[in-house]
Amino acid sequence: MHDAPSARELVAAVKAFIDDTAIPQLTGHSAFHARVASNALATVIRELDQRPVSEAEEIARLQDLLGDRSTASATHLNAQLCSAIRSGDVSLATPGVLSHLKSTTIAQLSIDQPGYSGLSKPHE
Amino acid sequence: MGSSDQIEKALVAWAQSCFGADAGVSSLKRLSGGASQETWAFDLIRAGSVDKLILRRAPGGGSAARNSEAIGLATEARLLGAAGAAGVPVPRVVHVSPAGSALGEAFIMERVEGETIARKILRDQVFETARPALAAQCGKALAGIHAMPVDTLPALPVSRGRDQIEKYETIFRGFDLPRPVFELAFRWLKDNAPEPLPAVLVHGDFRLGNLIVGPDGLNSVLDWELAHLGDPREDLAWLCVNSWRFGQSERRVGGFGYLEDLLGAYAAAGGATVKTQDIDWWEILGSLKWGVMCMIMYSSFKTNADPSVERAAIGRRVSETEIDLINLLEGKSGHA
Repeated sequence: MHDAPSARELVAAVKAFIDDTAIPQLTGHSAFHARVASNALATVIRELDQRPVSEAEEIARLQDLLGDRSTASATHLNAQLCSAIRSGDVSLATPGVLSHLKSTTIAQLSIDQPGYSGLSKPHE
Repeated sequence: MGSSDQIEKALVAWAQSCFGADAGVSSLKRLSGGASQETWAFDLIRAGSVDKLILRRAPGGGSAARNSEAIGLATEARLLGAAGAAGVPVPRVVHVSPAGSALGEAFIMERVEGETIARKILRDQVFETARPALAAQCGKALAGIHAMPVDTLPALPVSRGRDQIEKYETIFRGFDLPRPVFELAFRWLKDNAPEPLPAVLVHGDFRLGNLIVGPDGLNSVLDWELAHLGDPREDLAWLCVNSWRFGQSERRVGGFGYLEDLLGAYAAAGGATVKTQDIDWWEILGSLKWGVMCMIMYSSFKTNADPSVERAAIGRRVSETEIDLINLLEGKSGHA
């Protein structure tokens, strides 16, 4: 299989078309939805760039936290963590839980909404 | 159905039946926003005067699926009337139209001057005087809403903190998408719930976007469709949820003000004395609810009920509420 253009290049090309050609010709609801579409493609580009490393780090942290060295996916490990929280085996007071979840959420937001205000902790 | 022409025709018929054959309608325009209701602006022209009005209408005039919690437009119109009589700043309702009529399920109200767009209210210079006054004005308005005698109101759903945890947890579990941050928040909320306060009328969506703000501050409280009977702290804390600070996180109240001003004015206007830690609890519930609501909106894409880019993309805003929950829970790890 070839990748010329790569998935990233194709997405970037479509995003450039939306931004530079389509949006200037649109008004009202169509313009709004085109901007949403462009932002969604920006998310896809960030995901292609960042997710492989971020998810590998998340899996490593989850394996430590759960003492699980299997080859389970992030989804499976997260389901395990959810069960442990539900049963009370893991809580807010469990060392490492909150810092793991914070690292994971920051990595997720860096893909989803890198400008979100919550990334710099609110005062008060 | 629901075309601009048909709506204009129905409005003209209403205007003429109320104000005579010379009455007319002009400048009908669909306003943006309002996913669950249509909002239209128009002018009523009659005997030498122009009334600036708003038509609030069920999508397509009725029968369309809507938020299961929404109370219906006729009930909303009655609440607006009761709130106005109680001295809460709200638009005056001038007409209520039943489902099946030419206009469809709808009501008409006066168009109050001012701005609803949060980013403008928080940033534009014209609101420079309004911003520092707004937290206290919101506290006073909420005290007025929470003091409305419940036995004079139309029948409303009852939803307290525990009910909401149960409801949103059931929805969350139905998606079968593991979100450990939400799991932790549900658990913490259940373990640390404050004693409920006596049930009052709760607006249910009191935040920028649903408030009309002028150069002097709060002009009107809109969008009562999520009103219910419940805990007054829900409204106070919902206004503090970081998603409704629209990027101005350092001002906890709506991105414009401070909690002491909100709670001080609330108590001074007859509201209960509320503890900061109870606002924390309700704010955590608020962020969690908004996170699950984003998942609900994404699921309407997933199930093809609304296959728009916007509904798909909102699924990538759930992580915003996760960081907000972590920021709030970080201060609470000693209580777990």
